[in-house]
Amino acid sequence: MIKRSEKLVITFFTTASAMAMEKFCKEEKAKGRIIPVPGNISADCGLAWCADNEDEDDLLDLMVRHHISPQGIYHCLV
Amino acid sequence: MIYFDNAATTLKKPETVIKAVTEAMCSFGNAGRGVHGSSIDASRIIYETRSLLAELFHAESPERIAFTANSTEALNMAVKGLLSPEDHVITTELEHNSVLRPLYELEDNGLELTVINADKLGNINYDEIGQAIKNNTKAIITTHGSNLTGNLLDIEKISAIAHAHNILYIVDASQTAGVFPIDVKRMNIDVLCFTGHKALLGPQGTGGIYVRKGLDIKPLITGGSGVQTYSRTHPKEMPTALEAGTLNSHGIAGLNAALSYIKEVGMDSIREKECSLMWEFYSKAKEIDGIEIYGDFSTENRCAIVSLNVRDYDSGLVSDVLWNDYGIATRPGAHCAPLMHKALGTEKQGAVRFSFSHFNTFDEINTALSALREIASEE
Repeated sequence: MIKRSEKLVITFFTTASAMAMEKFCKEEKAKGRIIPVPGNISADCGLAWCADNEDEDDLLDLMVRHHISPQGIYHCLV
Repeated sequence: MIYFDNAATTLKKPETVIKAVTEAMCSFGNAGRGVHGSSIDASRIIYETRSLLAELFHAESPERIAFTANSTEALNMAVKGLLSPEDHVITTELEHNSVLRPLYELEDNGLELTVINADKLGNINYDEIGQAIKNNTKAIITTHGSNLTGNLLDIEKISAIAHAHNILYIVDASQTAGVFPIDVKRMNIDVLCFTGHKALLGPQGTGGIYVRKGLDIKPLITGGSGVQTYSRTHPKEMPTALEAGTLNSHGIAGLNAALSYIKEVGMDSIREKECSLMWEFYSKAKEIDGIEIYGDFSTENRCAIVSLNVRDYDSGLVSDVLWNDYGIATRPGAHCAPLMHKALGTEKQGAVRFSFSHFNTFDEINTALSALREIASEE
């Protein structure tokens, strides 16, 4: 059985934006990792950034500073 | 072999480029098509390479750079994705067929085209660009450097003319990207098309297009993007908008290593070496009886290219002798620049092009000069 927990999931319009997110998160030691976009968000393909819910404010701030536009921001079971 | 055909493609690449391609071929999956390590590794290198290119060209962000197979693909994207049959476009006689032929295609469908003449040295009169502008002029498209004479156009001057009239400026940087500084923001360039396998020292099959933020180009091709799968239309967001299908991540990994090499060695130092070879070759070749050199050498503002003819010999014959008798690789013929050959008066004879890389040596220059002296000799 796959165990799931509620997480923050940020989706992007392009793979390049997902890669930018990973790069700046690594640089700033922000938590999280790349995951496939969960099916309960969208059946579209693509990469998403998954982190703990409590990191949301920090991550949103990071995205604003680095001009990364999210496609969507979700709290869902991953 | 002495390789003097670097304007066609640079043959000698940094060792790190070859290593990077090999490593990528042994480890990369399909970028943006999965989240396993092999796929993500490819995506990471591609993003890093975008970042290096954005830094090189001073783009607003890495996302403004889309990868293409070469300059030709990028130029086709720009011409066919931005222009309509009701538009008027201005270009020059210096252009390569990768600019001219897409424009001629549109011209056959109604596009109005003005081609600014080049004089016998291959120079244009910049005033003629401003004079050619009409109410329906949509864009000016020019090369940065002639692939035949090596002379640069003043792209800042042309950009100023374009933007004084709210006209787009598209630049073909095939011969200059990697050796001459290009700042798309300061120079106010709307679209920059470049190839990876010439002065950028990357593998063939790599290249790209910079598109200014706020400008949308209708894609030439659509298809798989790795995102927005259930949308009937291709994603509009750059760079995905212009990158349908699997990217050449192996080649891009090589381009990544090449860009790092250029950064490490320094573009200025590469250019100074290439140009010093070119000036050494030019200053001695012009003294050889029976040799005619084309282009403007009164300016330092030029690529490391010397095109010439020997007496009335066909350029193909001279290039063949240089290769077979001396092991020297040059390019003869028309160089895909038909209008420039008309301007220079070399339509029939073509020209033998010597184009230099910073990996070439002064000994190689001397060998080529000796060969030319023998070929030009009347005995």
